[in-house]
Amino acid sequence: MEANPRSTGRLPAAFLTPGSSSFMDFLGDHAPEMLPGRRVMPPVKGVIEAPHGTTIVAAAFPGGVVLAGDRRATMGNMIAQRDIEKVFPADEYSAVGIAGTAGLAVEMVRLFQLELEHFEKVEGAQLSLEGKANRLSTMIRSNLGMAMQGLAVVPLFAGWDVDREKGRIFSYDVTGGRSEEQGYAATGSGSIFARGSMKKLYRDDLTEQQTTTLVVQALYDAADDDSATGGPDVARRIYPIVTVITEEGFRRLTEAESSELARSILERRLEQPDGPRAALL
Amino acid sequence: MSTPFYVSPQQAMADRAEYARKGIARGRSLVVLQYADGIVFVGENPSRALHKFSEIYDRIGFAAAGKYNEYENLRIGGVRYADLRGYTYDREDVTARGLANVYAQTLGTIFSSNAEKPYEVELVVAEVGARPEGDQIYRLPHDGSIVDEHGSVAVGGNAEQISSFLDQRHRDGMTLAEALKLAVQALSRDTNGTEREIPAERLEVAVLDRTRPQERKFKRIVGRQLARLLEADGDAATPTDTPSDTEE
Repeated sequence: MEANPRSTGRLPAAFLTPGSSSFMDFLGDHAPEMLPGRRVMPPVKGVIEAPHGTTIVAAAFPGGVVLAGDRRATMGNMIAQRDIEKVFPADEYSAVGIAGTAGLAVEMVRLFQLELEHFEKVEGAQLSLEGKANRLSTMIRSNLGMAMQGLAVVPLFAGWDVDREKGRIFSYDVTGGRSEEQGYAATGSGSIFARGSMKKLYRDDLTEQQTTTLVVQALYDAADDDSATGGPDVARRIYPIVTVITEEGFRRLTEAESSELARSILERRLEQPDGPRAALL
Repeated sequence: MSTPFYVSPQQAMADRAEYARKGIARGRSLVVLQYADGIVFVGENPSRALHKFSEIYDRIGFAAAGKYNEYENLRIGGVRYADLRGYTYDREDVTARGLANVYAQTLGTIFSSNAEKPYEVELVVAEVGARPEGDQIYRLPHDGSIVDEHGSVAVGGNAEQISSFLDQRHRDGMTLAEALKLAVQALSRDTNGTEREIPAERLEVAVLDRTRPQERKFKRIVGRQLARLLEADGDAATPTDTPSDTEE
């Protein structure tokens, strides 16, 4: 039978063949052209111009983990988009934030979300958090060809580990290398500044509310020193996206909550532009 | 060489239908009912791991009676179909009607093909709408036909008797507790008219709840929440999404 999801004939044999619970494996067997990693790229000289997402930060606290991102996408020295969303729920207990080529990143997230959902529906149980992190690793690795042409995607993955009962953060490099981060992490062009900021402010006994403040402070510091990272845009009412994952699951701060958070920080920065000071000794 | 017996096509089809019906009748019945906030699936199932009901997509649920390996195969096929379609187009473009069509084509082709044995399964595909008018329930018998059902539907061994029992008593706008009680009552009646008790731990219950804030509306009802619903007075509206009763 012709394998065509668009027709309404009977299910092709591939659909009824017992096999892997992975949607990516199924796509690879059945419709390989739809897998991002299988596309053949023509050789291009120089760097391809495409919108890039910038800074993502994450920090863990005793009851969970916070993942947040700024709203800017840049293309060269131009701002491509002011209100891009780069932090997504991956499933009920995890989230993924993406820095790098926006178009490829959004596709990767869609496939990653579906991969987790598909497994859950077929098996009747969720993947372990490590399992999810490894799947993401595979997906980044399959994008290596594109990454070498300047179209890299570098995510940050955070989730609530149901078995160990704690929030965990995983960071990646372009080759799919995965490492678990203790406490806090950042990725993207402003990550150096964000990490510096969190290094001085982070403590491992912060509350949820303090942690959301911490990550927005870090994004502010990143925007302060990195031209590709966007700060809170009061005139257009565009504020960072802040998500919290706890035992209760994934939650994204509402527009009102994140605007209040960003505004309170902005207010203090008007008096103290460099933000809170850490003790010298 | 022996001459094969002539079997008329009518007879051949009747035999195949008989074969499939007998297989289905061996399994326990299950019912699918509309209630005010969605659609509820209720069945007797001693196993806690091998489900008769499951989630296909955001608003679409699946129920099956008959042979486990065959309906499990169809279920996974349906999940693959829905996920691939949603990935190709958009989540909104996955509909129960489309899925029911594909199942009907599949069952129909298998039923009338001499190379395969007919599937001994009867399926229900249900989609919960944003409002009760948008709810859709399709019943798919073994031969590839589709029946568009309203209000309530029963499949499996004792389906006819249970259906007529439900038809007389089901009404629109029931609460979840009321619908659940009615379903259990219907399932407790044996073919010979006697009633038996079905303990809560042998019940498998799931809902497609349109009031759930998540995009995925399917939820299993287990443990304390199920016990509470079974005890609740008919008119006590119990929300299905109390945080203390998350899935196992």
